[in-house]
Amino acid sequence: MTEEAALKLTGSQILLESLRLEGVEKVFGYPGGAVINIYDDLYDSPINHILTRHEQAAVHAADGYARTTGEVGVVIATSGPGGTNTVTGIATAYMDSIPLVIITGQVPTALIGNDAFQEADMCGITRPCTKHNFLVQNLKDLPRMIKEAFYIARTGRPGPVLIDLPKDIQVASMKFSYPDKVNMRGYKPTIGGNERQIGKAAQMILKAKRPVFYVGGGACLADVSPELLEISELLQVPVTTTLMAMSAFPSVHPLALGMLGMHGTYFANMSVTECDLLVAIGARFDDRVTGRIDAFASRAKIIQFDIDPTSIHKNVRVDLPVVGDLKNVLTSLRQQLREKPQEVAELVERTADWRANIEGWKTKHPMGYKPSDTIIKPQYVIERISDLTADDAIITTEVGQHQMWTAQFFKFNQPRTFLTSGGLGTMGYGLPAALGAQVAFPDRQVIDISGDGSFQMNSQELATLVQYRLPVKIAILNNNFLGMVRQWQQLFFDKRYSETCMELPIDFVKLAEAYGATGLRTDKVDEVDSVIQRALEIDGPVLMEFKVCREENVMPMVPAGKGIHEMVLAS
Amino acid sequence: MKHTISVLVENEFGVLARVSGLFSGRGFNIESLSVAPTNEPDTSRMTIVTRGDDRILEQISKQLNKLISTIKVVDFTDEEYVARELALIKVTAESDSRAEVLRVVDIFRAKVVDVTPRSYTVEMTGAPAKIDAVIELLTPMGIKEVVRSGPVVIGRGSKGVAG
Repeated sequence: MTEEAALKLTGSQILLESLRLEGVEKVFGYPGGAVINIYDDLYDSPINHILTRHEQAAVHAADGYARTTGEVGVVIATSGPGGTNTVTGIATAYMDSIPLVIITGQVPTALIGNDAFQEADMCGITRPCTKHNFLVQNLKDLPRMIKEAFYIARTGRPGPVLIDLPKDIQVASMKFSYPDKVNMRGYKPTIGGNERQIGKAAQMILKAKRPVFYVGGGACLADVSPELLEISELLQVPVTTTLMAMSAFPSVHPLALGMLGMHGTYFANMSVTECDLLVAIGARFDDRVTGRIDAFASRAKIIQFDIDPTSIHKNVRVDLPVVGDLKNVLTSLRQQLREKPQEVAELVERTADWRANIEGWKTKHPMGYKPSDTIIKPQYVIERISDLTADDAIITTEVGQHQMWTAQFFKFNQPRTFLTSGGLGTMGYGLPAALGAQVAFPDRQVIDISGDGSFQMNSQELATLVQYRLPVKIAILNNNFLGMVRQWQQLFFDKRYSETCMELPIDFVKLAEAYGATGLRTDKVDEVDSVIQRALEIDGPVLMEFKVCREENVMPMVPAGKGIHEMVLAS
Repeated sequence: MKHTISVLVENEFGVLARVSGLFSGRGFNIESLSVAPTNEPDTSRMTIVTRGDDRILEQISKQLNKLISTIKVVDFTDEEYVARELALIKVTAESDSRAEVLRVVDIFRAKVVDVTPRSYTVEMTGAPAKIDAVIELLTPMGIKEVVRSGPVVIGRGSKGVAG
């Protein structure tokens, strides 16, 4: 029993006190009628609330906060439209396994089901896109549910958890004590990793001739970049990363193959196709990674390390699954490998040809694009941002061509520095995610690399940046197209650009200025550096608009239905 | 292939929606589903009959286990188990067919639970295949209505969900 035990608190006070006891310092949200009591108590609370301009943005901001810090992001939104506005943000976090707790207000329990004003069945709506959700029907359940929500969100395979809190329960009061631990019969994630299975994995790796590590977002969530780096260097095994794991392994490392899949590098896709052992580390064999499934790593034995049993054998039959937390699994694997220096040395020697082979692919088809002196190439802007920003700069993206170019051309060197909506592919994610990252790390550079289409899906968050003096830099690669869809229409629909040309040119500089931010624009190649440098020097939010080559394509590209070795290399 | 799965779940708000939503959301098939609390009031037990190949069944079992409200999942297909289903069958029973309906009821050890001048309502408990057979035999007499509970299953001897 703590000293809180004697106090009688209202439901909304219990909520805020529980958040404080969970270590929550920042919440993102938007007030409304069904959460007005919570906001009244927030007025006196030490918890810092960031008011976004849209509930979807509040969730993305909490998501950006969670991805950069590894802590649970917290959102408060009102009932009805407040709740439904959160859904895209929640689904985004769910697909990428991001730990969030979302608190929505609900109409009073007596009115639930009556089509009351601003009523929506949030538990019903979010059931398929949350890890779990709670409708609080009795005040006495609230502390336990909050405790469980945070526990569920951050443990096992992380994910968003929603708590729907009716207004009458926010007002009711009782003596408060916060539970010390959770006790859920149905939720006991496998953390350890079976030692014998890990031993078998070590043996398979040590016997391989052409091994590749295929690393996914789980490696970021489990913070295993140091273990991964050490194991790959010890064994000299090449590493390819998914979009979700671009910052989990240094981009410029000699063993780095870059991204694989639909827009992966030639050498990553060829390595996966030709390897005899593929070790999946926190990766789930997404269709954008595998291409035609029967051609994916078809010559390889597959080992899969994953915390989620449902990820095993879901899309691809694996030869050796190991379920457990990657931190434990890779630590144990590293230990077992260290104990076999002789076999490790033999592996390194045996695989020298394989690495030479990969070097050959790298030389034959390196990542690149056709540079230009007269027109800004979007890839060039990304390379310049990569070179001119600090090593620990946090990069977010929206969704589309600019997202793929960022994955291809930005050089990441530190974990948790690349935030992007990989699973759901949510346009409008990048700006609010950058906002959340900047709240978490006020002193680091945070850059949202954006397209002109995506940016307009949450551009209202410029207001939040200015209000809270968050010096996020936005780089819009403006081609006046919904570029990725246009690319598909060019390649597969006979250049019929149906509804992908953004006919109305937006004055993004004026838009930034209207919110009180700084706007910079250029269409000249030789001004790209100075625009980026000026933006980084300004102590406040800056929107940079780069007028780029309009019909540039993301290459290489694996056409739908093809194996990843059947990629088209250049336009 | 047909599978019969027992799912032990927390008896709480929304649990049936979580399970049925999982099946519909992931494109799994549900042939029947029955649910009621067990001898422990905070626990419910579902019996789900579904179809799919090994890969799908593995996913169904894992996805059910992944639900926070799920305590235990047992696929009884390769186990020894007893399956029973309840059916209520309202069948036309006019003067010429009344005796034949009663004969079928008698053979299957079913019973008549409601009688009117023109119909019998038959209660039948048994393995699902037995119920199929009764319905088949009563069909020529004219079935007005059938309601089936879907099977509930329990493992034989030491086999089971309670472990």
